[in-house]
Order: sequence, then C-alpha cells, then structure tokens
Amino acid sequence: MFRNQYDTDVTTWSPAGRLFQVEYAMEAVKQGAAAVGLRSTSHVVLATVNKAASDLSSHQRKVFKIDDHIGVAIAGLTADGRVLSRYLRNECINHAFVYESPLPVSRLVVRLADKAQVCTQRSWKRPFGVGLLVAGLDETGAHLYYNCPSGSYFEYQAFAIGSRSQAAKTFLERRFESFNTYSRDELIKDAIFAIKETLQGDKLTSSICTVAIVGQDEAFHMIDQKVIEEIINSMEIKEDAPADQAPLQEEDKGSEEAPMDI
Amino acid sequence: MALRRDWVYENNGGTCVAIAGSDYCVIAADTRLSVGYSIYTREFSKICNLADKCVLATSGFQGDMKALQKNLAARHLIYQHQHNKQMSCPAMAQLLSNTLYYKRFFPYYTFNILGGLDSNGKGCVFTYDAVGSYERVGYSAQGTGAGLIIPVLDNQLKSPSPLLLPAKDAVTPLSEAEAVDLVKDVFASATERDIYTGDKVEIVVINASGIRQELMELRKD
Repeated sequence: MFRNQYDTDVTTWSPAGRLFQVEYAMEAVKQGAAAVGLRSTSHVVLATVNKAASDLSSHQRKVFKIDDHIGVAIAGLTADGRVLSRYLRNECINHAFVYESPLPVSRLVVRLADKAQVCTQRSWKRPFGVGLLVAGLDETGAHLYYNCPSGSYFEYQAFAIGSRSQAAKTFLERRFESFNTYSRDELIKDAIFAIKETLQGDKLTSSICTVAIVGQDEAFHMIDQKVIEEIINSMEIKEDAPADQAPLQEEDKGSEEAPMDI
Repeated sequence: MALRRDWVYENNGGTCVAIAGSDYCVIAADTRLSVGYSIYTREFSKICNLADKCVLATSGFQGDMKALQKNLAARHLIYQHQHNKQMSCPAMAQLLSNTLYYKRFFPYYTFNILGGLDSNGKGCVFTYDAVGSYERVGYSAQGTGAGLIIPVLDNQLKSPSPLLLPAKDAVTPLSEAEAVDLVKDVFASATERDIYTGDKVEIVVINASGIRQELMELRKD
C-alpha cells in the first residue's frame, strides 16, 4: 500500500471507492501479535501469542473476559482493545440488569460493529486499530466472530488474525470441517498447534501463549499455564505438514513495530 | 384532610439479623413476604450473596430491595473486571452507603444489614438506615421484629459500648455453632409476637471455608 492523495481523511473516498484510512487501520491489526479462535458445537477456544515489548516488561494482555459466557482476543492497538472490552462489559452488564439473562453473542457483535462504523464516518475520529475475535455461548449455541476496524463482522468456525496468521489459517483450513465433532481437549490442542504455526520456528513455550475457553458448563476463563505446559510437552514435535509460507504481500511487517502495537 | 395519592412505597415486613464472630459471620432473615394483614408468599429470600465474603440482608420494601441488590451486583461485576479481585466487605459497605445516599431525596425503602469477613478474616457486620448512614457493629437486627430482638442480643452478646476507651473489639467471643443457635432462638421468639415474621428463617454462615446456608422452620401464623 502506498501513500496517495485520498488517504489523509477517513471521510475521503478514493476514486476506486476505497476508504484508505480504514484499510490502514486493518493494517494495524495485521501488525499485532497473532490470535486464533476455534469453535466446536459446545466450546470455543481462543489462543494468543504474548509478546513483551522488551525482556524487562510484562506481557501485554490480549484476552479479556467480557462476561461469564463471552470473551475476546485482540490483535492490534491494545489500548483500543482495552477500551472496547470495557464497552463490551458494560453492554453485557446492562443487558443482564434489564433482562435477567445473558446478552446473546450476535447482539453484542452488532453493537461493537456499529461502534466501529461510527469512527469510519466522522471527520474528527479515527477508526479503532484493533481486530477482535469474539468467542461466546448463548441459547443458539457456540459462536466465534471476527470484528474488524471497518465495522464489518463475520462468523467463523475458526480464524486467525495478527502477524503470521496466514500460517495458522492454512493449518485451520485443513482441519476445520471436523471441529464440530471435537472434544474440549482436542479443541485446545489444535488451538495451541495453530499458535505454534504462527511462531514459525520460534520455540513454543507456555509463557509465550495464553489460552482461554468457554463452554456450555464452563464460564469463560484462561487456562492455567501448567495445563498448557503439559499439552505442549505431550505434543509431538514432528513436522506433520510443513507450515505454508506466508505470502509476503499479506504480512507487511515493518522493520520496527510502533510501541503501541502488539 | 386531602387524600395522598403519591405514596409509592409498601412495607413487606420481615426481620434480618446478623452476628459477627472472630472468624465467622452469621446473617439470617425470615422468608415471609407480607402486605398489610396478608401474606404474599412464605418462601421469599431477603438475602443476597454479593461477593465471596459479603452477604446482604434487607428488610422493608422488597421492590426497592430487588433493585438495590441488582445495582450492587452489577457494580461488583464492574469492580471485578477493573481490579481482578472480589470486593472486600468494608469496600462493599461504603459502596452500599453511597448507593443509598445517592437517592437521599427518593430513598430506597430498605433497612439493610451487610455481613461478611473483613480483609483479616474477622467477622464484620454493618448496619444501615434507609439513606445510607452506617456503622460497623458486632451484631444487628433490622425490620419489623428488630425491636423484639435487639434487647435480647444486647443481653446475650455483652458487646462493650463504643463510647468506652480504649476501643474494644466489637466481635463476640461466641463460637459459630453457639451464634447460629442464638439466631434460631431470637427468630423463634420474634415470630411469637411479630405478625410479619415467621414461616422460615434462612441462615447464612460465612467463614474461611466459604458460604453455607441452612433453613429452619418457624411458626406459620
């Protein structure tokens, strides 16, 4: 993507019908550390790569509990992600207060998408620079959605966002058809496998990834580091299928990442 | 005398009691919901578990009680999201006081007792009026039967006066089982003479191992 005369304002269209500022916001998501989500009929798992800005600092939090039945994983500007998580939590609490029942996931993602859309149509705002994988369970079953800065959202069986996510997507594409029949533990294992794909050579340790799960009888929670450790150790470290090379145009990795990106 | 048409409250009766111990707290409330000389239901809980170590018992107008409980529960959820931990009992006590005073000019018609364990694991009981004035005490009773119960608790629990110096511990030296027995006795006594108290008493005990609940039958008349 190159600079052009239509990319200064979010309220300026290009002659080709594109809003460049919105597309640049989606770039910010691609720069963030990877996050993956997988769904079966009864559970949804989110896994993220934890990156620390330096060896001295703590890891950024990329997974947020929104309510007992919903959680999100983010990629991109974590500050934007934190603010949106606060908004999502409030929406869930207010709905439960009035209706004495959990907010359906599909309603939540629409509100989030509408909030994102507002920022694409105001000259004094900027789009949110964060993509969210929303995992939740409601009366209609298990759901995984991806909300992007443009204000659009889609439901997925499995998805990956952030840097080097193409490798994870390829891995998931090969296996997603059987996810609905997966057991809870198989789902967690495949999520960790998918994260491993995005590391492409870097060692997978339990300190580098966060895994969270929500299920019919399980409130949304992060899985203990020790359990992740055990799963990683039991995973065979043989290359069963080589991770596909990420097409270079997709991963526009800058030489340095801006400090607020994760 | 003009007819007043703006009275929006109703007293649903009932009594709440709480006793603080050195490492436990007992909170109890009867389960009768009444209006006037009628009974709406014999199985209505006036107790709400707000947090791990914090329980609220409310008597008065149950419409306001429900609204107040929901309000506090939602605020507690927000607190947990922001601070990654449960609210302590003293923190919840202040929050309840502020919530009540917020409606100083259209009050919650509720008479509350908040009971639980403080951050040191000692039992604590906070007692409130309708607009949020509160105090930490060793024991308390609120509601229609309070006038019958408080003198008995005063006699049994020998709580030293808060006016004495040096400040003495407010918590009772009784054991948990003795405190529960005392609560059962005072409820049975209040049930005899207060028409709004009876049916069942719900007793909640908080200690280091968690929250335990038991029900005891009372006279149904």
